Amino acid sequence: MPSKPQRIEVVLETLIESITLAEEVGVRVAATAGFDEDDQYKIGLAVHEAVMNAFQYGNRQQRERKIKILFELFPEKLVIHVTDQGAGFQLADVPDPREDENVLGDSGRGCLLMKAFMDEFDVLVSEAGGAEVVMAKRSRRPISQGV
Amino acid sequence: MSFKAVSREVGGVTVIDMDGRITLGEGSDLLRDLISEKLGAGQKKIVMNLAGITYIDSTGLGELVAGYRHVKSQGGEIKLMNLNKKVSDLLQITKLYAVFDIHNDEAQAVASFQF
Repeated sequence: MPSKPQRIEVVLETLIESITLAEEVGVRVAATAGFDEDDQYKIGLAVHEAVMNAFQYGNRQQRERKIKILFELFPEKLVIHVTDQGAGFQLADVPDPREDENVLGDSGRGCLLMKAFMDEFDVLVSEAGGAEVVMAKRSRRPISQGV
Repeated sequence: MSFKAVSREVGGVTVIDMDGRITLGEGSDLLRDLISEKLGAGQKKIVMNLAGITYIDSTGLGELVAGYRHVKSQGGEIKLMNLNKKVSDLLQITKLYAVFDIHNDEAQAVASFQF
Protein backbone atom coordinates (compact mmCIF):
# COMPACT_ATOMS: atom_id res chain seq x y z
CA MET A 1 0.00 0.00 0.00
CA PRO A 2 1.49 3.38 -0.93
CA SER A 3 2.39 5.60 2.02
CA LYS A 4 1.39 8.78 0.20
CA PRO A 5 -1.85 9.47 -1.63
CA GLN A 6 -1.92 9.94 -5.35
CA ARG A 7 -2.33 13.67 -5.98
CA ILE A 8 -3.89 15.51 -8.90
CA GLU A 9 -3.57 19.28 -8.96
CA VAL A 10 -5.51 21.67 -11.17
CA VAL A 11 -4.96 25.45 -11.25
CA LEU A 12 -7.69 27.56 -12.80
CA GLU A 13 -8.11 31.22 -13.66
CA THR A 14 -10.92 33.09 -11.93
CA LEU A 15 -13.40 32.74 -14.77
CA ILE A 16 -17.04 31.72 -14.67
CA GLU A 17 -16.22 28.86 -17.07
CA SER A 18 -13.83 27.47 -14.46
CA ILE A 19 -16.79 26.47 -12.27
CA THR A 20 -18.24 23.96 -14.74
CA LEU A 21 -14.77 22.85 -15.79
CA ALA A 22 -13.86 22.09 -12.17
CA GLU A 23 -17.15 20.23 -11.69
CA GLU A 24 -16.42 18.09 -14.76
CA VAL A 25 -12.90 17.31 -13.51
CA GLY A 26 -14.34 16.39 -10.11
CA VAL A 27 -16.86 14.01 -11.67
CA ARG A 28 -14.14 12.46 -13.82
CA VAL A 29 -11.75 11.92 -10.90
CA ALA A 30 -14.60 10.44 -8.83
CA ALA A 31 -15.63 8.10 -11.67
CA THR A 32 -12.10 6.91 -12.27
CA ALA A 33 -11.63 6.36 -8.53
CA GLY A 34 -14.62 4.00 -8.59
CA PHE A 35 -17.40 6.08 -7.02
CA ASP A 36 -20.92 5.28 -8.26
CA GLU A 37 -22.97 7.75 -10.32
CA ASP A 38 -24.79 9.20 -7.31
CA ASP A 39 -21.52 9.91 -5.50
CA GLN A 40 -19.97 11.29 -8.71
CA TYR A 41 -22.82 13.82 -8.90
CA LYS A 42 -22.41 14.75 -5.23
CA ILE A 43 -18.63 15.15 -5.53
CA GLY A 44 -19.07 17.18 -8.73
CA LEU A 45 -21.60 19.48 -7.08
CA ALA A 46 -19.37 19.94 -4.02
CA VAL A 47 -16.43 20.94 -6.25
CA HIS A 48 -18.76 23.22 -8.26
CA GLU A 49 -19.89 24.97 -5.06
CA ALA A 50 -16.35 25.34 -3.68
CA VAL A 51 -15.02 26.81 -6.93
CA MET A 52 -18.06 29.07 -7.28
CA ASN A 53 -17.37 30.37 -3.77
CA ALA A 54 -13.72 31.00 -4.70
CA PHE A 55 -14.78 32.74 -7.94
CA GLN A 56 -17.37 35.03 -6.33
CA TYR A 57 -16.37 35.70 -2.74
CA GLY A 58 -12.71 34.70 -2.47
CA ASN A 59 -11.12 35.96 -5.66
CA ARG A 60 -13.93 38.47 -6.31
CA GLN A 61 -14.05 37.62 -10.01
CA GLN A 62 -10.50 38.91 -10.58
CA ARG A 63 -9.22 36.80 -13.44
CA GLU A 64 -5.54 37.01 -12.53
CA ARG A 65 -6.14 35.36 -9.17
CA LYS A 66 -5.88 31.58 -9.19
CA ILE A 67 -8.13 28.83 -7.88
CA LYS A 68 -6.19 25.69 -6.95
CA ILE A 69 -7.88 22.31 -6.69
CA LEU A 70 -6.00 19.38 -5.21
CA PHE A 71 -7.46 15.87 -5.34
CA GLU A 72 -5.82 13.36 -2.98
CA LEU A 73 -6.67 9.71 -3.50
CA PHE A 74 -6.29 7.65 -0.35
CA PRO A 75 -7.30 3.99 -0.36
CA GLU A 76 -10.36 4.73 1.78
CA LYS A 77 -11.36 8.22 0.65
CA LEU A 78 -11.02 11.05 -1.85
CA VAL A 79 -9.90 14.32 -0.24
CA ILE A 80 -10.39 17.59 -2.16
CA HIS A 81 -8.82 20.96 -1.35
CA VAL A 82 -10.06 24.12 -3.10
CA THR A 83 -7.94 27.18 -2.36
CA ASP A 84 -8.46 30.78 -3.42
CA GLN A 85 -6.39 33.95 -3.16
CA GLY A 86 -8.91 36.02 -1.25
CA ALA A 87 -9.10 37.11 2.37
CA GLY A 88 -10.48 33.85 3.75
CA PHE A 89 -13.60 33.38 5.89
CA GLN A 90 -14.73 31.62 9.03
CA LEU A 91 -17.26 28.83 8.64
CA ALA A 92 -18.85 29.96 11.91
CA ASP A 93 -19.76 33.26 10.25
CA VAL A 94 -21.79 31.56 7.50
CA PRO A 95 -25.52 31.62 8.32
CA ASP A 96 -27.44 28.35 8.46
CA PRO A 97 -29.96 28.74 5.60
CA ARG A 98 -32.26 26.20 7.24
CA GLU A 99 -33.03 28.54 10.13
CA ASP A 100 -36.42 30.24 9.88
CA GLU A 101 -34.89 33.72 9.72
CA ASN A 102 -32.48 32.67 6.92
CA VAL A 103 -34.53 30.31 4.77
CA LEU A 104 -35.52 33.09 2.35
CA GLY A 105 -32.05 34.67 2.52
CA ASP A 106 -29.24 34.61 0.00
CA SER A 107 -26.37 33.05 1.96
CA GLY A 108 -25.13 29.74 3.25
CA ARG A 109 -26.63 27.22 0.83
CA GLY A 110 -23.33 26.43 -0.90
CA CYS A 111 -21.60 25.45 2.34
CA LEU A 112 -24.70 23.50 3.41
CA LEU A 113 -24.72 21.48 0.17
CA MET A 114 -20.99 20.71 0.41
CA LYS A 115 -21.47 19.58 4.00
CA ALA A 116 -24.50 17.47 3.07
CA PHE A 117 -22.93 15.79 0.04
CA MET A 118 -19.48 15.06 1.48
CA ASP A 119 -18.49 13.01 4.55
CA GLU A 120 -16.02 15.58 5.82
CA PHE A 121 -16.09 19.35 5.29
CA ASP A 122 -14.14 22.24 6.75
CA VAL A 123 -12.87 25.68 5.76
CA LEU A 124 -9.30 26.56 6.70
CA VAL A 125 -7.11 29.60 6.12
CA SER A 126 -4.45 28.80 3.52
CA GLU A 127 -0.77 29.66 4.05
CA ALA A 128 -1.28 32.73 1.85
CA GLY A 129 -4.36 33.81 3.81
CA GLY A 130 -7.09 32.72 1.38
CA ALA A 131 -9.87 30.26 2.04
CA GLU A 132 -9.07 26.56 1.73
CA VAL A 133 -12.11 24.33 1.53
CA VAL A 134 -11.19 20.79 2.54
CA MET A 135 -13.71 18.03 1.99
CA ALA A 136 -13.64 14.27 1.71
CA LYS A 137 -15.82 11.45 0.43
CA ARG A 138 -15.30 7.96 1.80
CA SER A 139 -15.36 5.08 -0.66
CA ARG A 140 -17.25 1.83 -0.07
CA ARG A 141 -14.37 -0.07 -1.67
CA PRO A 142 -10.62 0.67 -1.87
CA ILE A 143 -9.88 3.50 -4.26
CA SER A 144 -7.70 2.61 -7.20
CA GLN A 145 -4.32 4.35 -6.97
CA GLY A 146 -3.82 4.09 -10.72
CA VAL A 147 -6.05 7.02 -11.69
CA MET B 1 -27.32 21.55 -21.68
CA SER B 2 -27.87 25.29 -21.36
CA PHE B 3 -30.96 26.78 -19.76
CA LYS B 4 -34.14 27.27 -21.76
CA ALA B 5 -37.51 28.55 -20.63
CA VAL B 6 -40.79 28.83 -22.48
CA SER B 7 -43.94 30.23 -20.90
CA ARG B 8 -47.60 29.60 -21.66
CA GLU B 9 -50.95 30.52 -20.13
CA VAL B 10 -53.21 27.90 -18.56
CA GLY B 11 -56.45 29.08 -16.99
CA GLY B 12 -55.07 32.46 -15.95
CA VAL B 13 -51.84 30.99 -14.60
CA THR B 14 -48.43 31.40 -16.23
CA VAL B 15 -46.68 28.06 -16.60
CA ILE B 16 -42.95 28.28 -17.32
CA ASP B 17 -41.47 25.11 -18.80
CA MET B 18 -37.75 25.00 -18.05
CA ASP B 19 -34.94 22.82 -19.39
CA GLY B 20 -31.24 22.46 -18.65
CA ARG B 21 -29.18 23.82 -15.79
CA ILE B 22 -29.95 26.67 -13.38
CA THR B 23 -26.49 27.72 -12.21
CA LEU B 24 -24.38 30.84 -11.93
CA GLY B 25 -24.01 32.06 -15.51
CA GLU B 26 -26.17 29.31 -16.97
CA GLY B 27 -29.76 30.25 -16.35
CA SER B 28 -29.90 32.20 -13.12
CA ASP B 29 -29.81 35.59 -14.91
CA LEU B 30 -32.33 34.46 -17.51
CA LEU B 31 -34.66 33.18 -14.80
CA ARG B 32 -34.50 36.51 -12.94
CA ASP B 33 -35.24 38.47 -16.13
CA LEU B 34 -38.12 36.17 -17.04
CA ILE B 35 -39.79 36.57 -13.64
CA SER B 36 -39.39 40.36 -13.81
CA GLU B 37 -40.87 40.33 -17.30
CA LYS B 38 -43.89 38.30 -16.16
CA LEU B 39 -44.47 40.57 -13.18
CA GLY B 40 -44.17 43.60 -15.44
CA ALA B 41 -46.92 42.12 -17.61
CA GLY B 42 -49.12 41.66 -14.54
CA GLN B 43 -48.69 37.89 -14.44
CA LYS B 44 -48.39 37.09 -10.75
CA LYS B 45 -49.60 33.49 -10.64
CA ILE B 46 -46.66 31.44 -11.80
CA VAL B 47 -45.99 27.70 -11.95
CA MET B 48 -42.41 26.72 -12.70
CA ASN B 49 -42.31 23.36 -14.44
CA LEU B 50 -38.90 21.93 -13.51
CA ALA B 51 -39.39 18.62 -15.37
CA GLY B 52 -36.52 19.37 -17.75
CA ILE B 53 -34.13 20.78 -15.17
CA THR B 54 -31.11 18.50 -14.89
CA TYR B 55 -28.98 20.44 -12.42
CA ILE B 56 -29.32 23.29 -9.92
CA ASP B 57 -26.55 24.80 -7.80
CA SER B 58 -26.86 27.06 -4.75
CA THR B 59 -27.05 30.15 -7.01
CA GLY B 60 -29.95 28.56 -8.88
CA LEU B 61 -31.71 27.77 -5.61
CA GLY B 62 -31.07 31.36 -4.53
CA GLU B 63 -32.63 32.59 -7.77
CA LEU B 64 -35.77 30.51 -7.15
CA VAL B 65 -35.98 32.02 -3.65
CA ALA B 66 -35.40 35.57 -4.96
CA GLY B 67 -38.15 35.00 -7.53
CA TYR B 68 -40.46 33.70 -4.81
CA ARG B 69 -39.79 36.81 -2.67
CA HIS B 70 -40.21 39.15 -5.64
CA VAL B 71 -43.52 37.68 -6.77
CA LYS B 72 -44.82 37.47 -3.20
CA SER B 73 -44.02 41.16 -2.69
CA GLN B 74 -46.27 41.94 -5.67
CA GLY B 75 -49.15 39.94 -4.21
CA GLY B 76 -48.58 36.82 -6.31
CA GLU B 77 -47.03 33.40 -5.85
CA ILE B 78 -44.58 31.05 -7.52
CA LYS B 79 -45.30 27.34 -7.27
CA LEU B 80 -43.05 24.50 -8.40
CA MET B 81 -43.98 21.42 -10.41
CA ASN B 82 -42.38 18.15 -11.54
CA LEU B 83 -39.18 18.08 -9.49
CA ASN B 84 -36.80 15.22 -10.25
CA LYS B 85 -35.05 13.42 -7.41
CA LYS B 86 -31.89 15.52 -7.51
CA VAL B 87 -33.80 18.81 -7.38
CA SER B 88 -36.17 17.44 -4.77
CA ASP B 89 -33.23 16.38 -2.59
CA LEU B 90 -31.69 19.87 -2.83
CA LEU B 91 -34.96 21.45 -1.71
CA GLN B 92 -35.21 18.99 1.19
CA ILE B 93 -31.62 19.64 2.35
CA THR B 94 -32.09 23.42 2.25
CA LYS B 95 -35.61 23.23 3.77
CA LEU B 96 -37.01 25.07 0.76
CA TYR B 97 -39.47 22.22 0.38
CA ALA B 98 -41.38 23.85 3.23
CA VAL B 99 -41.35 27.26 1.51
CA PHE B 100 -42.65 26.40 -1.94
CA ASP B 101 -46.00 24.86 -2.81
CA ILE B 102 -44.91 21.83 -4.86
CA HIS B 103 -47.02 19.75 -7.23
CA ASN B 104 -46.60 16.76 -9.53
CA ASP B 105 -49.63 17.47 -11.67
CA GLU B 106 -50.19 20.58 -13.79
CA ALA B 107 -53.99 20.70 -13.44
CA GLN B 108 -53.61 20.44 -9.68
CA ALA B 109 -50.91 23.13 -9.60
CA VAL B 110 -53.04 25.53 -11.66
CA ALA B 111 -56.17 24.82 -9.62
CA SER B 112 -54.29 25.43 -6.36
CA PHE B 113 -54.26 29.19 -7.01
CA GLN B 114 -57.11 31.02 -5.33
CA PHE B 115 -59.03 33.08 -7.86
